[in-house]
Amino acid sequence: MVEAIKALFSRYPTRQAVTLPALHIVNERLRYVPIGAIVEIARLLELAPAQVQDTLSFYGFFKQDEPHGRTRAWVCRSISCALRGGEEVLSHMCHTLGVKPGETTADGRVTLEFAECLGACDFAPCMLAGDTLHKNLTPETADQALRSFK
Amino acid sequence: MAQFEPILLANINRHDSHTLSVYESTGGYRALRKALAQMQPVDVVDVVKSSNLRGRGGAGFPTGLKWTFLPKDHPGPIYMCINADESEPGTFNNRILMEEDPHQVIEGIILSCYATRAATAYIYLRYEYPLSLTRLQAAIDECYAAGYLGKGILGSQFSLDIYLHRGAAAYICGEETGLLESLEGRRAWPRIKPPFPAIEGAFRKPTVVNNIETVACVTQIVNRGADWFKSIGVPSDPNNPRDPGSYGPKLYCLSGHINKPGCYEAPLGITCRQLIDEYGGGVWKGRKAKAAIPGGISMGLLTEAELDTPLDFAGPGKVGCLGLGTAAVVVLDETVSMVDFLHNSCRFFQHESCGQCTPCREGTAWSLEMLNRIKAGKGRLKDLELLLEIGDSIGIIPGTTICGLADGAAWPIKNAIRKFRAEFEEYIKKTNPKGYGETKAVPALAKTGAH
Repeated sequence: MVEAIKALFSRYPTRQAVTLPALHIVNERLRYVPIGAIVEIARLLELAPAQVQDTLSFYGFFKQDEPHGRTRAWVCRSISCALRGGEEVLSHMCHTLGVKPGETTADGRVTLEFAECLGACDFAPCMLAGDTLHKNLTPETADQALRSFK
Repeated sequence: MAQFEPILLANINRHDSHTLSVYESTGGYRALRKALAQMQPVDVVDVVKSSNLRGRGGAGFPTGLKWTFLPKDHPGPIYMCINADESEPGTFNNRILMEEDPHQVIEGIILSCYATRAATAYIYLRYEYPLSLTRLQAAIDECYAAGYLGKGILGSQFSLDIYLHRGAAAYICGEETGLLESLEGRRAWPRIKPPFPAIEGAFRKPTVVNNIETVACVTQIVNRGADWFKSIGVPSDPNNPRDPGSYGPKLYCLSGHINKPGCYEAPLGITCRQLIDEYGGGVWKGRKAKAAIPGGISMGLLTEAELDTPLDFAGPGKVGCLGLGTAAVVVLDETVSMVDFLHNSCRFFQHESCGQCTPCREGTAWSLEMLNRIKAGKGRLKDLELLLEIGDSIGIIPGTTICGLADGAAWPIKNAIRKFRAEFEEYIKKTNPKGYGETKAVPALAKTGAH
């Protein structure tokens, strides 16, 4: 991870600009960004750990207490999806998995999240799970998608 | 109506449309070769300026004019930032360009950098677009290998690097100075302007921020000329010397209660009803439209009677909407409760307010609290006045916030309540028959959980 972060230095005129890319590098490998990684990133980027933590905390995207599930599934709740049953899909998935948005199943398989507009309104309602966009969901096809997660 | 021949979307249905070989086989990088061989940077600025191209990201600022705000003879570096943080609910046209025709976008970026003498471009891409990330990176790699990027492009003196920078799921990063803060590794709090990015932008250097669809238009303008661009769309208002008109093709997004959701290319200025009926196959399930969002949720609402409004830069504003925005039309059929619509809108903006300016942070949060209260059957008619008071007082138009996110939060509130007031009143009276007339203040601090 350190080498991957250092490889980005030449792209930007400041080290601080590597903050978000570095957080993504850590998050992709660990599925969270523990406080130890914050300190390490800060050292690499010649920042105070508080500066890195400040940026991280703004986004609400990076988990810090424990890794998210093996699949992180974002179900859209914004207007185009809501008009075509997105909220029903989300609450159905909460029921199926026994979790609330933001929570991870006990077996660590899935973290369910709500999303604000995935930019795939032509396929509403939709879900982004890992790098896969699941389109035109119904409660039934959402269940099928859930079963496909490793 | 004869269907308009697509230009920006001409290639998206070709097999492997995202690859360099297919792009080149349909005339790709011809504009770049022409510019480097025959045009000085100022010539590229001039053709874009005389095309009257206006930014496609939402604000509609003339692109060529924006470029001329860069300081003359600046020693550099000058940065180009491409805003691919497309997050406005209902909007997905940039995604389609990046996924299906990334080279058209990249050619436009290279031309725009040549025009503005930028040697580094960052594409700020929202997190939710993994396929765009893959396709753009593959296209950039192909360009380096083919000599379209890197040092001495196509044997000229011009050099350029393009880097992808991935966001982290925050709507505010689509605001151009929020984007710059995020790029620099800080929280994405928009900056007070002036100074504008052209003077002091990324890393405190002169910077241009352009949208994905805008740079795709630049490719076509350099290819086909300013006169071609101005042959499409709505001319400038002759009574307003400052109106740059609404020229060129536009990628309209259509979603919601529509038979054929999708991204459709049409001349600027088609009406919302034409888009729904002629492109979208009409409202779904044989129903009627009750309302439509004209250009992303922050632009407000058109009523059914207002659907003949032309979707050009001036049209939606004439019927009380905020503007054309991203030209993303979302259709609401006759079964939709406007209370539900407004709750969804308020919840979005409460979640996405960056929290920097108090009127926006508090205004979006309390408007959601009030919509929650109304939906819980505890609404009061006075809540409508309170919501309108918030709607009228948050944003850069009333002058209380740094950026326009709050205006976007305010417009759905103002349009929904002012255009559908009877429905809100009826809902409140029906669900709260004993308390709807209550006007006493509700203790607020108990709601915050802070005391």
